[in-house]
Amino acid sequence: MKSSTMRKAGKFSVLVIALIVSALLLVGCGEGEKKQEAEKAAAPEAPAKVVLKLAMDADPVSLDPQVQLSGGMLQYSHMVFDPLIRYTKDMKFEPRLAEKWERIDDLTMRFHLRKGVKFHSGNELTADDVVFTVARFRNSEDFKGLFEPFAEAKAVDKYTVDLISKKPYGLVLNMATYVFPMDKAFYTGTDDQGKAKDLVIKTDYSYANTHESGTGPYVVTAREQGVKMVFTRFKDYWDKNTGNVDEIVLTPIKTDATRVAALLSGDVDFIMPVPPQDLDRVRSTEGLQLVTMSGSRILTFQLNQKRNAAFANPKVRLAMAYAYDNKGVVEKIMKDFATAAGQMSPEGLVGYNPACAPRYDLEKAKALMVEAGYPDGFEATMIAPNNRYVNDEKLAEAFVGMMSKIGIKVSLKTMPKAQYWDQFDAQVADIQMIGWHPDTEDSGNYYEFLSMCRNAETGYGQYNSGNYCNAKVDELTLAAQTETDPAKRAAMLQEVEKIQYDEAGYIPMHWEHLSWASKSNMNTPEIVNVMNFPYFGDMMIK
Amino acid sequence: MFAFSVKRILQAIIVMLIISFIGFSIKHSFGDPVRELVGERVTPAQRAEIREKLGLNDPFVTQYVRFLNATLHGDLGRSYFFKKPATEVIVNKAPATLELVFCAAFIIVVLSIPLGIYAAIRPKSWLSRITMGASIVGVSMPVFLTAILLIYIFSVELHWLPSFGRGKTVLLFGWWESGMFTWDGIKHLIMPSIALSSIMLPLFIRLIRSEMMEVLETEYVKYAWAKGIKPWRVWIIHAFKNTLLPVITVGGVQLGIMVAFTILTETVFQWQGMGSMFIESVERSDTALMVAYLVFVGFVFVLVNTAVDIIYGLVNPTVRVAGRK
Repeated sequence: MKSSTMRKAGKFSVLVIALIVSALLLVGCGEGEKKQEAEKAAAPEAPAKVVLKLAMDADPVSLDPQVQLSGGMLQYSHMVFDPLIRYTKDMKFEPRLAEKWERIDDLTMRFHLRKGVKFHSGNELTADDVVFTVARFRNSEDFKGLFEPFAEAKAVDKYTVDLISKKPYGLVLNMATYVFPMDKAFYTGTDDQGKAKDLVIKTDYSYANTHESGTGPYVVTAREQGVKMVFTRFKDYWDKNTGNVDEIVLTPIKTDATRVAALLSGDVDFIMPVPPQDLDRVRSTEGLQLVTMSGSRILTFQLNQKRNAAFANPKVRLAMAYAYDNKGVVEKIMKDFATAAGQMSPEGLVGYNPACAPRYDLEKAKALMVEAGYPDGFEATMIAPNNRYVNDEKLAEAFVGMMSKIGIKVSLKTMPKAQYWDQFDAQVADIQMIGWHPDTEDSGNYYEFLSMCRNAETGYGQYNSGNYCNAKVDELTLAAQTETDPAKRAAMLQEVEKIQYDEAGYIPMHWEHLSWASKSNMNTPEIVNVMNFPYFGDMMIK
Repeated sequence: MFAFSVKRILQAIIVMLIISFIGFSIKHSFGDPVRELVGERVTPAQRAEIREKLGLNDPFVTQYVRFLNATLHGDLGRSYFFKKPATEVIVNKAPATLELVFCAAFIIVVLSIPLGIYAAIRPKSWLSRITMGASIVGVSMPVFLTAILLIYIFSVELHWLPSFGRGKTVLLFGWWESGMFTWDGIKHLIMPSIALSSIMLPLFIRLIRSEMMEVLETEYVKYAWAKGIKPWRVWIIHAFKNTLLPVITVGGVQLGIMVAFTILTETVFQWQGMGSMFIESVERSDTALMVAYLVFVGFVFVLVNTAVDIIYGLVNPTVRVAGRK
């Protein structure tokens, strides 16, 4: 009795509050309308400003380009900063802050900087800023691995800088695309909290997390994390032959359906990514354009040879590779929004080997199972994420179905990505799904992380949960790192693909496609690229 | 009275301890926050180093005691993602959620009362039939679907209302971001409020109607008719007043549930309130913010309930007597 009377009292008070607020609301609505009318009357004709309303699935986590190595941060870096050089659409390098570059010797690459480039703070870009930026990578958890092969950056004169590697290194230019010079003068000294301005801090306040001074086409003029970010065209931007957008308003919209609806209703002008189920809708809507491109993230299943003895037998692995219908999956589950893969490197990367095409032959698979000594198959466990890759759960289920045809009974468990990666690292199942995008845009990166023998000391094979290990793969991958002749490198990397293909070191699935959608009056196809960092600085709106 | 208050407050403290303990102990099953903070190429050794720095490797009890200690000093920890104190993040997001809930509650109150009464008085009229039919549809449609449908009809097809976000907001009292004082903000509020109210509204119409019909059959209403009192007086003063009691009881419970429903509505409309913040913190394994949210919300509920109980004890001595048992 006691509790029931008290509960009633609580409820009553809540209702009273609700009523009061409702009343307030009514008043509020009235005022709002009046205000609106007043605004209408007073608003002067503003000069035409070209504004791009952009919706992505997330917004940049920080203003510090070195705090996290992720797609979102690179997209941001290309808007607010400029790299020394950048990729063109066909994966060549084009000059940005470095006007030209030359190899001095095996270890040294010389970059000649553009003169008269201004930072947002007004300071001029010099070689010192590049040296500062490269040195700062050492303090970044995410970047220090990438820049490990480099000894230092050295200023030769005011506009010339040398990038010196410890050993001959074949990917100096790829790495130069990550060097977004930061304003040394701006990031030096201490802020009003008494902390050094150049600190790289992931989880706490830092000056660089909330302030920026880059050379890029846009200045961050407003930012409410997770809600909205406003980029305003930098008046003194050095490149005058670029886009005409004066302001970009970036809103993160996480829910796929809402993001598409926002584009269809005209509330935003540009969305990325476009969810696969809405591609046709966007394509068929008048006034919109859809741009898709085959990406370089490979999805694979890794077969753990240490956990399941059957997987140590190459014939079993080959049988599984033959039993997996890449093309069928791409067509039925991915709705052709992916490219069936027989290897890790997509066309366009140096390691791409035309000989390693997707294979599907159920009869051959069955024969291989008999040959391997498993005519009745065997059992295996499997885990996969359910919110990491496009259709990941369905893909895993399809795999289970296909394996059952050759007698392999797979018990599958799927889970959210937040839980998945710990399980993946602990190798809790025989078969594990993983996708990989090479952050160097080079084939060698796939092998270093996914196929080389696991080695806790060097860190190679960090995500090789199949425990696939072939000395030849290791040897070739390492040799390719120090090979500076592109043709020789390509031959080595292509050989790695072939070795893995022939003994089915893993089961390749497909490369996910990338997608962008915008209004038709924009030059969207020209600014997007396979790395998925659209060059918004070059965007033209007619 | 003093003993009663002390007892209530002690109970509240125990409840808070339990909430914080549960919140804190489940956070480990939501994944490793460090994983979300670093790129894929960061080595396990580096990750372990970051975990160590954040104190995530300490034994559970050490972490919990540290957390309690900080909480007592008003510090609920820092959000890894927002890089700010968790309390600050929550307080920034609260106005959006509260305004949404208020508007939805407003829609429910304004619509359910007249419709419910009308459906009770004229059960056979076509308007009552439509209302009851529509309420069946409304109550059985998931909020998520209602929200998407609204967006497709009113934003995509008709271009009447904006599809996402809060629109233009104004700052009240220096911290309350309000969307209620600009026409743009109100336009943004309409669809989320309707979506949020779509579950409760039919429920209330049905509740009011059935309660009202029952009351209309009672002796004193019949007597009122016999006395020749004007119809509206019988309906409103005699019948409806007595209908209200159970409605208020249910209403209180439902308002709490509605705060929970904002999670779905906010996610669909990209409404930057506490609901979507909570869901996102779960997805990002931002466990510090997650726990802070649970404790914060728990604290608000406990605070309000305790205050109400104590005030009630002041007003109504029987509660105090009952409490002494």
